[in-house]
Amino acid sequence: MNAPVPNKFIKGQTGEWEIVIGLEVHAQVLSKSKLFSGASTEFGAEPNAQVSFVDAGMPGMLPVINEKCVEQAVRTGLGLKAKINLSSIFDRKNYFYPDLPQGYQISQYKNPIVGEGEVFIDLKDGSSVRVGIERLHLEQDAGKSLHDQNPDSSYVDLNRSGIALMEIVTRPDMRSSEEAAAFLKKLRAIVRYLGTCDGNMDEGSMRADVNVSVRKPGAPLGTRCEIKNVNSMRFVALAVEYEARRQVEIIEGGGAIKQETRLFDSKLNETRSMRSKEEAHDYRYFPDPDLLPLELDVAWVAAIEKTLPELPDEKRARFVAAGLSPYDASVLTAERELADYYEDLAKGVDAKAAANWLNNEVLGRLNRDGLSIADVPVSAAANNAIVAMIAEGAISGKIAKDLLDIVWNEGGDPRALVESRGLRQVTDTGAIDAAIEAVIAANPAKVEEVKAKPKLAAWFVGQVMKQTGGKANPVAVNAALKKRLNLPEEG
Amino acid sequence: MSTAFTLAKARDALKARKISSKELTQSFIAAVEQGRPLNAFVTETPEKALAMAAASDARLAKGEGGALEGLPLAIKDLFCTKGVRTTAGSRILGNFVPPYESTVTQNLWNAGAVMLGKTNMDEFAMGSSNETSAHGPVFNPWRAKNSNANLVPGGSSGGSSCAVAADLCLAATGTDTGGSIRQPAAVTGTVGLKPTYGRCSRWGIVAFASSLDQAGPMTKTVRDAAILLGSMASVDAKDSTSMDVPVPDYEKLLEGGIKGLKVGIPKEYRMDGAPPEIAALWDKGADWLKAQGAEIVEVSLPHTKYALPTYYIVAPAECSSNLARYDGVRFGHRAKSARDITDLYEKSRAEGFGAEVQRRILIGTYVLSAGYYDAYYARAQKLRTLIARDFTEAYRKCDVLLTPATPGPAFAVGDKSDDPVAMYLNDVFTVTVNLAGLPGLAVPAGLTETGLPLGLQLIGKAFDEATVLRAGLAIEQAAGFAHKPANWWRAA
Repeated sequence: MNAPVPNKFIKGQTGEWEIVIGLEVHAQVLSKSKLFSGASTEFGAEPNAQVSFVDAGMPGMLPVINEKCVEQAVRTGLGLKAKINLSSIFDRKNYFYPDLPQGYQISQYKNPIVGEGEVFIDLKDGSSVRVGIERLHLEQDAGKSLHDQNPDSSYVDLNRSGIALMEIVTRPDMRSSEEAAAFLKKLRAIVRYLGTCDGNMDEGSMRADVNVSVRKPGAPLGTRCEIKNVNSMRFVALAVEYEARRQVEIIEGGGAIKQETRLFDSKLNETRSMRSKEEAHDYRYFPDPDLLPLELDVAWVAAIEKTLPELPDEKRARFVAAGLSPYDASVLTAERELADYYEDLAKGVDAKAAANWLNNEVLGRLNRDGLSIADVPVSAAANNAIVAMIAEGAISGKIAKDLLDIVWNEGGDPRALVESRGLRQVTDTGAIDAAIEAVIAANPAKVEEVKAKPKLAAWFVGQVMKQTGGKANPVAVNAALKKRLNLPEEG
Repeated sequence: MSTAFTLAKARDALKARKISSKELTQSFIAAVEQGRPLNAFVTETPEKALAMAAASDARLAKGEGGALEGLPLAIKDLFCTKGVRTTAGSRILGNFVPPYESTVTQNLWNAGAVMLGKTNMDEFAMGSSNETSAHGPVFNPWRAKNSNANLVPGGSSGGSSCAVAADLCLAATGTDTGGSIRQPAAVTGTVGLKPTYGRCSRWGIVAFASSLDQAGPMTKTVRDAAILLGSMASVDAKDSTSMDVPVPDYEKLLEGGIKGLKVGIPKEYRMDGAPPEIAALWDKGADWLKAQGAEIVEVSLPHTKYALPTYYIVAPAECSSNLARYDGVRFGHRAKSARDITDLYEKSRAEGFGAEVQRRILIGTYVLSAGYYDAYYARAQKLRTLIARDFTEAYRKCDVLLTPATPGPAFAVGDKSDDPVAMYLNDVFTVTVNLAGLPGLAVPAGLTETGLPLGLQLIGKAFDEATVLRAGLAIEQAAGFAHKPANWWRAA
């Protein structure tokens, strides 16, 4: 468990408190069909359009494991640097609920498919925190009860019933709402890199149960409350903040925390009691006799490992080694699409220049237009050409931005546009000298000022640039000016 | 036409075009109607039977047809049959009509068999007398000498055993979780085979205890059991516990005799207080096998005494979970006037399940609950491993085991229905076989002094049904069991 970090403490009436957070994340496995049936997992179908007899719990129906889902769980486990358990067992978790047709959920209890692993999260201050993964197991999702369709009845939609979920359980290693949100963000990045979960929190593909407790720094763990089904990173942070405050107030008011399950109300930004420990179900777990133990072949696991993509941490390290700041590297590796875009953009040009261009110009415009990297209207190759032209001295930085605007709005090949629109930088000394003479002739007083105060040469550079329609190479202008006005080199 | 055919004889007559499937089926439809006082069938499907028979006759006329072409069978009401009501002997399924066909019955139809209807059974296959059925008890065609008392046909496959014994069908399917094929076969003078766990697919069979349930044939002769098993058995991608072991020609493998076969007699099956008739028949069985060249060896199955308690933890535990889906929400019986969802569950299940099923759900829920799991379920699983190991050890010394099939003959309706423990003791010789997942065969071997049938059981190695059947044939031939119950029900 991580050591207490004072700047993460929250203040109460009686001094500082440390928040302890663990997460149980449910991530929907990316697969065409369900965990134990052939029914489709497509999002957004008509209610009960994707339900097999198995999913509906019909008499005599039996589950058959979907190999693709097992592969995805193993791939995720490998991505979490976790131990893959070559033998695991499916258990039945028994409880009655209308959206649980079998009367039990097939899950994994004592013998999960994936054991201990780890995730490193990157915080705004540049620090990194290790969060231990306790386990990952496969289980079935339940259906959905619809209470708003009819005044007298509730309806049930079983489309989700039987869809494969990975439950990923962390150690209680997080100490602030920022860390909890950062963990979720990092986990989402990892599963999206791996292609094992689409991470769409709006569609419920990823949701978290958040375990929160508070304690005086260094004291034993406090009693925890579990906040169920929090479905965005912002809500995770808000739920932790609220819940920690609530617990501190209770303890400081002389009360004790009751272990219970709570839900987060995203409208009121508060948590509310759902059920106490005493009301908790007795799930009567036992091994599902319809399924044999899941035995994995070492070679099969090794073959999956060979196909793992480079993951965010490794990519980030590579980007830093190539010259990016750790912060830039974190930003650019948060999404696989962005990282891939960056790598295409940076081909053959300076890594740092490419990163700056992407961060400032491309992401700035996307932000302005409310677009994501998937919708970017200018290809990485086009941006690469622009950055290369800056480096070659073919265009100035200013022209480059104008050029990007043109390509952004009208499309076209940047190199061709530079030629067809006459945007190429003027490095011809004759033309530059002529422009300098014109500026000097028009501003005799300024010439004297510059001679006294060489720093004012920048004004002349600006005027010459203006004179050339921004196409003069500023470096060449600078050199020619210094020579003409006989200014010292360091000016 | 008489319905006293064996499956093999009817098959041969059909193949030789001496009879037609239509004639044969019509005779059985009439027998089923006349047999109604026995209450063996809960659903009769005469129209379906005639349509299937006509199709079979057309195939036979072309010289085509499968292994069971044109042969009328009865199906235990635990098998889901597409378009035909399936109740599992319970009120809770109401008039449930499955939109799918179980793998085993589909295999039978693929082989050309004709369906006469669905047979009565103990509710959800829980019982040894067919008295827990929501459709009422089945009466054994056998009656004791000089008695008109109605006897039970055994259970849970009581409708099937009765239908076979009374010649209401050529053969029937059963399922066996703790003895539900072998015990009813033994007390009706018929043959019942519980195959190795995984031999027949469980897909589409209403589940009782998934790790123990297995479908099997109930027939008039050992040869018929071999024939029927050959068509029922298959590996099935839809059942993860079915096994990919080739299905041999069991009928052909009946030949060859038992010379040199090592037959084990487990000493722990000699129970104190067992009727002397049972022990005497057992000894006789061993003598018959010895006379045909088998070698008799004594073996030990030391954990036998734990088999019943182990079974009555494992089976209810699985049943409590398997039967959770009968909640009144999607199909089957739904209580009227429920206040809320919990009330709907409680009322539907209280109204839909009978007393024995409720008892087992409660036992199963209890043994799995927090704080009791280790004391009951976990220990039962350990014992199960030890019981299975007993058999492995015994098979180092022998090829097949010979034991009694039941502790006694058929008893009177109502005799044991108020005493669950007495009822559970019926399975004392059969449950070990389910716990170990092995094949077991009940063969009629003689009559009691009161004129009621008794059976012997042969237990084999996993997937060695062929040896079990061959030894069974030896018993059958030596016993020369040709007795038939007097037909009292036609007059009734």
